[in-house]
Amino acid sequence: MPRPRRKTARTSKSPRPTSLAKVATGIDGFDELTGGGLPQGRPTLVCGGPGCGKTLFALQFLVHGATRGESGVFVTFEETEEDLLKNAASLGYDVPALIARKRLALEYIRVERSEIEETGEYDLEALFIRLDHALRTVRARRIVLDTIESLFAGLSNDGILRAELRRLFAWLKDRGITAVITGERGINTLTRQGLEEYVSDCVIFLDHRVTDQISTRRLRVVKYRGSSHGTNEYPFLIDRRGIAVLPVTSLQLMHRTTSARVPTGLDWLDDMFGGQGYFRGSSVLFSGGAGTAKTTLAAYFLDAACRRGERAICFQFEESPPQYARNMRSVGLKLDHWVRKGLLRIHAARPTLYGLEFHLATMHREVDEAAPSVVVVDPLSSFIGASFDEVNSMVMRLIDYLKGKNITALFTHLIPGSGGSQEVEVGVSSLIDTWILLRNSPPGEHGGRHLSILKSRGMSHSSDRRAFELTDKGPVPLSPGRTLQAIRGVRA
Amino acid sequence: MKTPGAPRKKSRSDEWILRLYVAGQSARSQAALKNLEAICEEHLAGRYRIEVIDLLKQPQLARGDQIVAVPTLVRHLPPPMKKIIGDLSNADRVLVGLDLRQRRRRAGALS
Repeated sequence: MPRPRRKTARTSKSPRPTSLAKVATGIDGFDELTGGGLPQGRPTLVCGGPGCGKTLFALQFLVHGATRGESGVFVTFEETEEDLLKNAASLGYDVPALIARKRLALEYIRVERSEIEETGEYDLEALFIRLDHALRTVRARRIVLDTIESLFAGLSNDGILRAELRRLFAWLKDRGITAVITGERGINTLTRQGLEEYVSDCVIFLDHRVTDQISTRRLRVVKYRGSSHGTNEYPFLIDRRGIAVLPVTSLQLMHRTTSARVPTGLDWLDDMFGGQGYFRGSSVLFSGGAGTAKTTLAAYFLDAACRRGERAICFQFEESPPQYARNMRSVGLKLDHWVRKGLLRIHAARPTLYGLEFHLATMHREVDEAAPSVVVVDPLSSFIGASFDEVNSMVMRLIDYLKGKNITALFTHLIPGSGGSQEVEVGVSSLIDTWILLRNSPPGEHGGRHLSILKSRGMSHSSDRRAFELTDKGPVPLSPGRTLQAIRGVRA
Repeated sequence: MKTPGAPRKKSRSDEWILRLYVAGQSARSQAALKNLEAICEEHLAGRYRIEVIDLLKQPQLARGDQIVAVPTLVRHLPPPMKKIIGDLSNADRVLVGLDLRQRRRRAGALS
């Protein structure tokens, strides 16, 4: 049977490159993980269970190309064009505009078994013709087939289908089209119809599981011919900007260091650091028992940044943003004012709502978007409950990431009990540059709270134990001549 | 392109409109057309029209009727739409697929 189209399709292709060329997917973290993205001009299988993010992966790959000069065709076998457009719009992709500019074409292919009778020999040349037509319309370099296995439900002759799929993948490869083929996980196979047999260049597996009521998504590169790749499972998240795979950055001790300083937000605390405060881009830990003003001191740090006109983010894991703002108003801070001015973001979430990885990824996203100069995580101890190693690794990655961006990070940490013990998680504290211990005064002693600097790398600092009290104008130091009674105007 | 299978009459309510989608003049598509014409002559003489659509020439038409395989026969009229894929070599299955078996029997019972 003549197939004139195939002859012309082969002409304009450049010779195969010696090293494997890759095309970017635009998926945060994935391109880094694979050293550039998907294999250029070859098919990649993206598989996983229902709702694992296959279609989203494919869509992101296509839209990324379309917005950067590589047109694409999205062939959907399951969703209608309208549904697909709706989903894309929810991620902020203006697919109709890309279609209008001929960057993208949608092709909805529906095969309904109930209205089809099969008799005698046939092939899927019409499918090829449709794909070819769509590819030509936009001069596509990328294609998505989502989910081509649906054909098996619509047509009964498996033998013909398998032969035709094999031909299809070879045909796409021949034309140098970078393809993403999605497939649903089978019982003992990666895909129901064993598509992994036909697509041997690159196979990505997406997984969505729920452990201890916490949902985690993971991605694994099962196979990547001709390229090195990590075989680990990498956590990823799906949010309003699409997929992000962790690690978003690699762990390296390669930060720029500056000797620039950043004020603590309280003059008397600055004084304890030689009058200048923390190093910019360093990590600071406030640990202490319940009610030792950790949150307040952290909020003063945020407030000071906003006063300088810098942006700040507070990741709140115990209070809702309005509650947090109200509580801070009682110690003299108007945080909502900074929120309205767009300088401060308060991101609140229950620590147990998602896995650690999700929190970490969310923080990455927020920091990426807001580009703050200071970040507060209040409190870190909410996560300790999850395994200690996990928390440690999360904090390390977060600190690493923030340092890489020269962002000063302040963490609070609740020491269980009354604050008498110093059982701070030593693992976490070793990652910290400046460690401040807060304690309540022992009962019977005058003065409310005490603050001392346990360490501060690379700078001289006071080793005094400083007493302070919380007033409606903020934390006020108690000097020997200025007792609690003097401030309060009462006698003990 | 159209292959009038019966002398042109004014459109009748019981006229059958059949579309045969092919890709080029392959042996298989020609066999399908031959098989179809034979079946129509036997069972629908005088009240059918066959339109042959070559997708190599009009690729955009594959979309409308959701064609993936060739040859595909589409019964456009009477409704509901039916599709039969393959070279139509098995006349029995074609008749069942087109609902012609039942129709013939009913027509026979009426006359």
